[in-house]
Amino acid sequence: MNAYVGTPTSRIDGRAKVTGAAKYAGEFAADGLLHGFVVEATIARGRIARLDTSEALKVKGVIDVLTHEHRPPLADKDEAWKDEVAPEKGSPFRPLYDDRIKFNGQPIALVVAEDWETARFAATRVRVEYEQEAFATDLESERGKAAEVDQPHKPRGDAAAALTHAAIRHEADYVLPSEHHNPMELYATTAVWDGNGGLTVYDKTQGVQNVQKFLCSVFGKKPDEIRVISPYVGGAFGSGLRPQHQVVLATLAALALKRSVRVVLTRQQMYGLGFRPLTIERVALGAKPDGTLDAVTHEAIAVTSRFEDFSRNDTGWAEQLYKSPNSRYSHKLVRLDVSTPSDMRAPGAATGVCALECAMDELAVALKLDPVELRLRCYSDRDQSEGLPYTSKQLRECYARGAEAFGWSRRSPAPRSMRDGKELVGWGMATGVWEALQMPVAARIVLTANGHAEVSCAASDIGTGTYTIVAQVAADALGLPIENISVRLADSSLPQAPVEGGSWMAASSAHAVLGAAEEIRRELARYAKAMPASPLAGVDVPDIILLDGAVAKAADRSRSVSIADAMRHGQVERIEKEKLNEFPEDKSHARNTHSAVFAEVKVDEELGVIRVTRVVSAVAAGRILNTKTGRSQIMGSVVWGIGMALHEETVTDHRFGRIMNANIAEYHIPVNADVRDIDVIFVDEPDDRINQLGIKGLGEIGIVGVPAAIANAVYHATGKRIRRFPITLDKLLE
Amino acid sequence: MADMTIPERIPINLVVNGERRALEVVPWTTLLDALRDRLELTGTKKGCDHGQCGACTVLIDGRRVNSCLTLAVMKDGAEITTIEGLAGDGALHPLQQAFIDHDAFQCGYCTPGQICSAAGLVAEGRARDADEIRELMSGNLCRCGAYPNIVAAIEQAMSRS
Ligand code: FES
Ligand code: FES
Repeated sequence: MNAYVGTPTSRIDGRAKVTGAAKYAGEFAADGLLHGFVVEATIARGRIARLDTSEALKVKGVIDVLTHEHRPPLADKDEAWKDEVAPEKGSPFRPLYDDRIKFNGQPIALVVAEDWETARFAATRVRVEYEQEAFATDLESERGKAAEVDQPHKPRGDAAAALTHAAIRHEADYVLPSEHHNPMELYATTAVWDGNGGLTVYDKTQGVQNVQKFLCSVFGKKPDEIRVISPYVGGAFGSGLRPQHQVVLATLAALALKRSVRVVLTRQQMYGLGFRPLTIERVALGAKPDGTLDAVTHEAIAVTSRFEDFSRNDTGWAEQLYKSPNSRYSHKLVRLDVSTPSDMRAPGAATGVCALECAMDELAVALKLDPVELRLRCYSDRDQSEGLPYTSKQLRECYARGAEAFGWSRRSPAPRSMRDGKELVGWGMATGVWEALQMPVAARIVLTANGHAEVSCAASDIGTGTYTIVAQVAADALGLPIENISVRLADSSLPQAPVEGGSWMAASSAHAVLGAAEEIRRELARYAKAMPASPLAGVDVPDIILLDGAVAKAADRSRSVSIADAMRHGQVERIEKEKLNEFPEDKSHARNTHSAVFAEVKVDEELGVIRVTRVVSAVAAGRILNTKTGRSQIMGSVVWGIGMALHEETVTDHRFGRIMNANIAEYHIPVNADVRDIDVIFVDEPDDRINQLGIKGLGEIGIVGVPAAIANAVYHATGKRIRRFPITLDKLLE
Repeated sequence: MADMTIPERIPINLVVNGERRALEVVPWTTLLDALRDRLELTGTKKGCDHGQCGACTVLIDGRRVNSCLTLAVMKDGAEITTIEGLAGDGALHPLQQAFIDHDAFQCGYCTPGQICSAAGLVAEGRARDADEIRELMSGNLCRCGAYPNIVAAIEQAMSRS
């Protein structure tokens, strides 16, 4: 029964969020709470020669200053520091571990005081002397040192030869800058000391169990000694996948001082953690005059740290999108003296598909073909790397619906041919693609005889709407009004869930809830059937459903028993079921989400100011659990795409290896006035192969393709092809 | 280093959400930290501490202000409204309801600031259409990118007020 699934249900945590009642990690109170302030390194590489904390310790109200020379023990094996998202290869960063400086902005001391302002003041009194070493932070000057780490897909055919002989060829470098997530909430942890060596850690994370296991292994604690809770997360976008520095530091201080400690990083300090790595994407396309492809090659060269190899799939996406008999992909890394990059919304795809889709636009121009038409001529019904069909792929429909809603047929193809008064108008489009992933997740449902159910799971809601979709699925499966469902999430003591990322949580948590609800249905059916003179006598259990607070025969709903009666006769006050859902492995089909993005820009010719006035995003992502929160997710991703295209870039001064715009005034993210009309279309995509509910996930797909659509629109408006992002007005005026 | 002591605390009175609150603060304590750390009113958020994001927006004597750029001692005697005090007991302010109706947030972290800022904007009477709302709400960043829904929510609340 679907009273809620697929509807625009308002967020069940909405009231808490609009009244200020929702508590985030840095807002939990504790008796005698202390406050930590981080001191960071100001060199990019070397060692700490001398660290003098004596002046800081003299400040009234300072309790202690923790450093690598003065701290409780920390694990000394790399394995202990590898959380579930850590790169396979490398040695994870360990805060306050030793005297080595690995990147500028690295935490080197934690001042702990009675209040935050005192800790901040005393931090300015910590004196550090360094032995500096030669360092490098510039990818472009170190490009020659790039080492191949990955062949994302096996080469097919002979791409090099096919490119040489192609009738039409396009080849170019696209440069995607480093970006920082900048969630609005500062990275924060409140570690509450329980008096017996145990800690309750309120942390800003996308995975409470990941953090809990990590802290236990780093600090040599037993699982029942550390509990991690994160009921509300003020945005994360990948930044909360790996345990952040402050959770280690807060825990370290709490254990050292046997007190509760809060550590909140400043906005500036947040730039010392993960980021989307600067990547040079070299794409080459070879085509026949009829607009079909002969060859695709895509090579990515990305930044990583010296100590961990972080890489994502930037280059394989043409395998999914465009038919070509020859292809070759490679991913190279340049190791630099920076912190390790991390996942950031649609990692790999946001950047790699941006390059591919700009290149396709350039090819369309060379072929004098409409960009949508080119994509249709190259359309692939199979994932070519494995030769697999899709569980579902309504991308053609995305192109059609998106183009129609946008009015694409009215586009005049020549650049600079459309105007609105003083402004040049440009229309561009691009394709988006992401994976439809799913992971094992467990959920517990406790149903009480008053018809109220509590659903619990360790999964996070980072603003994605997990609370709400879990309640929707439970309400439908249990046949209860959504007001009767309460949801507990993001507590490491709750049933198993991985980090919330990769767009897998909607499908994964929904099916865990379905699984637990199914066991409750069976038990209720048994009780109901066993009642004296039961209206369900003789009805098979599979033919019994839960509906409107009752246990009923599916085909004849007048034959029913209320849940309360069934439970009374079963002599139970509550039914508790926990179910771990694992998806059967199915290697016979590829699973992806797709989108077609259309963008309009208006460019002031004299000033070079670019405005994105309209975006239409037509998305095929299976069944949409909640059309209201789902639309918001895509809309928010489109805003991210606007940022990628026009605003966002982390700028480093390579003379010092230091980030120059580590704040949110000089690191530009889109503001309200940068965003105009965004039209989100969910294309119908029934998919009964992928999973029972046909869900694919929405967290990443919305950003993919957006920056390319905007870049292509800028070209159409101005005739200028900017291949180095973001497209700022200085590049346009050059 | 001459003096390692912290400056003296100064007694002040704030009228927060209609309630008189006496507290002693050192001069460098911002109104934001006083609200969050001292009065345990954590509905007001800290997103940058530098006046760059608007998450800390509260109403001071009816005007929207970044509380991270306001020292608490400067506001002795002022009337301060935070998200916790925007509506009467248990009820929702029309803007709060409109934000829920239009799904004008995801993570919710910028939301108290957005709503307080919108309340200040409505009181200013300056915003007459969506374009002006966009412009005059641009001091309140939303990394979740809920902007179009925020504009729609404010339009709803304005049309009903
Ligand atoms: S916290 Fe005050 S403007 Fe960001
Ligand atoms: S709702 Fe997350 S920052 Fe605005």
